[in-house]
Amino acid sequence: MQQIVFFLHKYKYFLFFLFLEFIAIALTFNNLNFHKSKFVNSANFVTGGLYSKATDVSEYLHLKDINKELLDENTRLINKLQQNTFMLDSTIEVEVIDSVLYHQKYIYINARIEKNEYSSQFNYLTINKGIKEGVYSEMAVINSKGIIGITDNVNNNYARVQSILNKNSKINARVKNSNHFGSLEWDGKDYNIVQLIDIPRQAILKIGDTIETGGKSTIFPGGVPVGIISKTYNGNTVNNRIDVQLFNDMSNLGFVYVVKNLHKQEIKSLENTSNE
Amino acid sequence: MNKIFYLVFLFIFLLLLQVLVLSNINFLGYINPYLYISFVFFFPLKKNRFPFLITTFFMGLSVDFFLDSGGIHAFSILFIGYIRLFFVRLFFKKTEIDFLLFRLQSEPFGKIFNYVVSLTVIHHLILFSFINFSFDNISDVLLNTLFSSIFTLTLYFIGSYIFTKEQ
Repeated sequence: MQQIVFFLHKYKYFLFFLFLEFIAIALTFNNLNFHKSKFVNSANFVTGGLYSKATDVSEYLHLKDINKELLDENTRLINKLQQNTFMLDSTIEVEVIDSVLYHQKYIYINARIEKNEYSSQFNYLTINKGIKEGVYSEMAVINSKGIIGITDNVNNNYARVQSILNKNSKINARVKNSNHFGSLEWDGKDYNIVQLIDIPRQAILKIGDTIETGGKSTIFPGGVPVGIISKTYNGNTVNNRIDVQLFNDMSNLGFVYVVKNLHKQEIKSLENTSNE
Repeated sequence: MNKIFYLVFLFIFLLLLQVLVLSNINFLGYINPYLYISFVFFFPLKKNRFPFLITTFFMGLSVDFFLDSGGIHAFSILFIGYIRLFFVRLFFKKTEIDFLLFRLQSEPFGKIFNYVVSLTVIHHLILFSFINFSFDNISDVLLNTLFSSIFTLTLYFIGSYIFTKEQ
């Protein structure tokens, strides 16, 4: 007994050190797991609030860019609207939308990025909308130029977003105007370039082709722009990989949209029954 | 009492400096200084090490909260906090009796340099190995360690030169 007390007394600092290190390692491993990172994240009251104050200040420096981006987006949307009305005029068969059966599929919620990060291997963003505004876990985050990430941890007022620049991120994407799809990943090197893997070999790919989201998941709507093909690797590789240059400059993000899929429950319940 | 106040102020100041300014520098795309570890250098040596270990751990954990990195910073700063005594013995040849009168700034510059450089490099090496979290890009880890260490050390020595009163 005395021996044990003596041992504890002699190594008390070392044992305490080991105990704290063990906590730190446990937190690290939990953080890499998408569903488990409940405790240590920047979407809580203190850190979110502080980042929000800091963004309030730095926002003024980017007002010009933000304005220009908004103007670009408005122009694009107006053009699309014009196209639509023109097409409605010229089509012979006008589709009548029954207001009872018609449902909106996606709702967009606007949010501001409070913290941006792109230099580490597992990047996370913080946005200023949470449960109070209807943001929940596993919702898509996009802006006018392209995709940004998926929400993972949500608090009352803030949410943490797993960026596409995260080695754990996997997003369904396809080549525009075809249905060849693959999954979008990041190798952790260049923040302008992500990788599209498992794209079928018979797909015809050219440098400069546009990549967009595939819409095969319940998170992202289809047709959100991602980037253009910047490099293809020929030959028989295991996971037919191509490099995609992002449209978004991930180091310079301001306002974003969170996309809520209203049919998510319906689709999920269908998928679950087929598995049983 | 005055000393505790000073440490609390230092804690908050270094934390805010790190998360609001230094982590957003991204020099050449990825090089950031991690100046918050100077908390370990400034904390006075004491015989009872529990308060020191706990505060360093919370220093790292607070940085983790802001940077969404799990427990990586807590792990690495606690590690250099624990082995600090070994380097004090090695470079300054001090024993437990001298701890009360020990002041880092009154030591010769060569010894301070060795002490600070070794602790910083160890911290950055552990930090970047964890951030990378695989054995794939060891060259990246080493390069990151080298560049960030240079950045951190430059800032630390400039800062300590400016803020130390002339004796």
